[in-house]
Amino acid sequence: MADLVSHPDEIKVVSNRFGKGATSIERYLELDGYKAVQKALQMKPDDIINEVKTSNLRGRGGAGFSTGMKWSFVPKESNKPKYVLVNGDESEPGTCKDRLILEHDPHSVIEGVVIAGLAVGAQTGYVYIRGEYRYLVDIMRKALADAYARGFLGKNIFGSGREFNVYWHTGAGAYEVGEESALMESLEGKRGIPRIRPPFPAVVGLWGGPTVINNVETLASVPHIILMGGQKFADLGTPKNGGTRLFCLSGHINKPGVYELPLGYPLKKMIYEVGGGIPNGKKLKAVVPGGSSTFVLTAEEAEQLNMDFDTFSKRGEFLGSGGVVILDEDTCMVKFALRIMKFYKHESCGWCIPCREGTDWLEKTLVRFHSGGGLKKDIDNIKYLAQNMLGRTFCPLGDAAAIPTISIVDKWRKEFEDHLEGKPCPFDPEGAVSQLPVLSH
Amino acid sequence: MVVSEKLDRFFDEKIKEYPTRRSFLVPMLLYTQDEIGYVTDEAIAYLAKKTDLTELEVRNVISYYSLLHTKPMGKYHVQVCTNISCMLRGGEEVFDHCRQKLGIGHKQKTADGVFSLEEVECIGACSWAPAIQVNYDFHENLTPEKLDKVLDDYRKKN
Ligand SMILES: Cc1cc2nc3c(=O)[nH]c(=O)nc-3n(C[C@H](O)[C@H](O)[C@H](O)COP(=O)(O)O)c2cc1C
Ligand code: SF4
Ligand code: FES
Repeated sequence: MADLVSHPDEIKVVSNRFGKGATSIERYLELDGYKAVQKALQMKPDDIINEVKTSNLRGRGGAGFSTGMKWSFVPKESNKPKYVLVNGDESEPGTCKDRLILEHDPHSVIEGVVIAGLAVGAQTGYVYIRGEYRYLVDIMRKALADAYARGFLGKNIFGSGREFNVYWHTGAGAYEVGEESALMESLEGKRGIPRIRPPFPAVVGLWGGPTVINNVETLASVPHIILMGGQKFADLGTPKNGGTRLFCLSGHINKPGVYELPLGYPLKKMIYEVGGGIPNGKKLKAVVPGGSSTFVLTAEEAEQLNMDFDTFSKRGEFLGSGGVVILDEDTCMVKFALRIMKFYKHESCGWCIPCREGTDWLEKTLVRFHSGGGLKKDIDNIKYLAQNMLGRTFCPLGDAAAIPTISIVDKWRKEFEDHLEGKPCPFDPEGAVSQLPVLSH
Repeated sequence: MVVSEKLDRFFDEKIKEYPTRRSFLVPMLLYTQDEIGYVTDEAIAYLAKKTDLTELEVRNVISYYSLLHTKPMGKYHVQVCTNISCMLRGGEEVFDHCRQKLGIGHKQKTADGVFSLEEVECIGACSWAPAIQVNYDFHENLTPEKLDKVLDDYRKKN
């Protein structure tokens, strides 16, 4: 459905089967499908984990945690059943890559689940797909049925005498459910209110059993790692940042699309070469490097940074989810901050006060500010409110709301000042779309 | 029965895939809504029974999820994303255009019940923005002309 793009700098590992009809199990088998899981069936669990550790694969959901390490936290012995849970809730603004994997290569996700299960000693996996992605739920249902029909799943997978079941599940609209503990609540049939940690899901997860939770892209990378070897995958990226990842280019860019590039790829090249630059000859103003929860970069910063987890963490920032959003010089940063806050206010589950009240106050203040009713002291107040959310909320959604806000106030303070004293928005003096319809949720 | 026998059987099969009966509740709510239009009082009673929950517990779950509705929506529910990637490529204009063309606002329904409209958060079409979803169908890379055609086609389909 969604258009595919291509660029010579791409290294197609995870996207290698896109557009090749691999939703059909026959075609998937022709394209080396289900070889990795058969190899893994011959391996010791620790060897699988070590291979994944060697690959330097880090979570593609956004936090960038080492996948092999996460798997190694699952206790070997457990009284309760262990589970693998695929996070296909993909709702981070700017991010649209898991959709392509599920659309073009659903069996790779199933294979990844089984391999993860073999590594940690689980026999059951659940693939949770956001409710809006109904056509992908249907694709996954068919893929699972086909895998069962061939004996790749079920009581005796590949004649190994081992049982493994993978089931599909769907959400019904909620960003917060992408947070791993809220995801488990949702899968258990509840509201997506996060759980307190510790204990971490690897120890106490679904129905109290140890649970590995990974993003769709993370798990889709695993069969490739098993087949090509962890070292080869690691070598595609930079030290400690193994492999490639899907970057979703969007916003003011000539060639938007999802591109698979090695970790450490220069952001400047990503924008000007892969993405073909900014439309209408305009200048770059800002870049959201990895979904709306990340620190927003100025053009100068963006042009110097390489896209790997450690480059960003050294700056105290985050690489995020792969959603790279490009903003041209005519974008109003106040309005941008407002739209982001409106989102977090809408998605806050309301469980803890700093996030519930903070996002609400911030949205109201930004609405007033953008429509010209702001006071000078509001600028510091916005930053103060956001800073007081940081690290003080029950789950990272509160941080996610504060982070872009703080960076926008810090880096584009002048744009806030330009909105003072009833002045119209400098980027939209006619006020054509400045009066954002305020959602009434 | 509130839902078709086929759907009821499907629910019973799926429930077996989880250790607790309530686990499949969220998908059941959504599939029930898809079949009967919205989550009715009868549907709540039916699903409460199926999951061994009280109706209040089921209502509590419903109110959390934005795709679930306890009032009838239009036959074609037009969901316009105005989140960042779409906003930068005209998502708000798309929403305004829909409002004008359909003559309704956020979370409203046309008098004939054919369309309803909702401004929504990111639907995972950021690289193909601006985008909308009508029921579950995506319409991407929209221009005003393309949008008119999409809406006209739905009207004709009705
Ligand atoms: C508010 C919030 C929303 C999130 N949404 C998603 C999501 O949609 N998909 C995802 O994979 N991870 C999401 N995450 C991250 C998950 O909590 C978790 O870290 C991830 O699924 C782990 O998988 P990984 O290690 O393979 O990245 C979200 C986190 C937060 C705090
Ligand atoms: S930070 Fe926000 S989303 Fe997370 S628990 Fe608190 S209120 Fe809920
Ligand atoms: S921002 Fe509109 S689809 Fe993601």
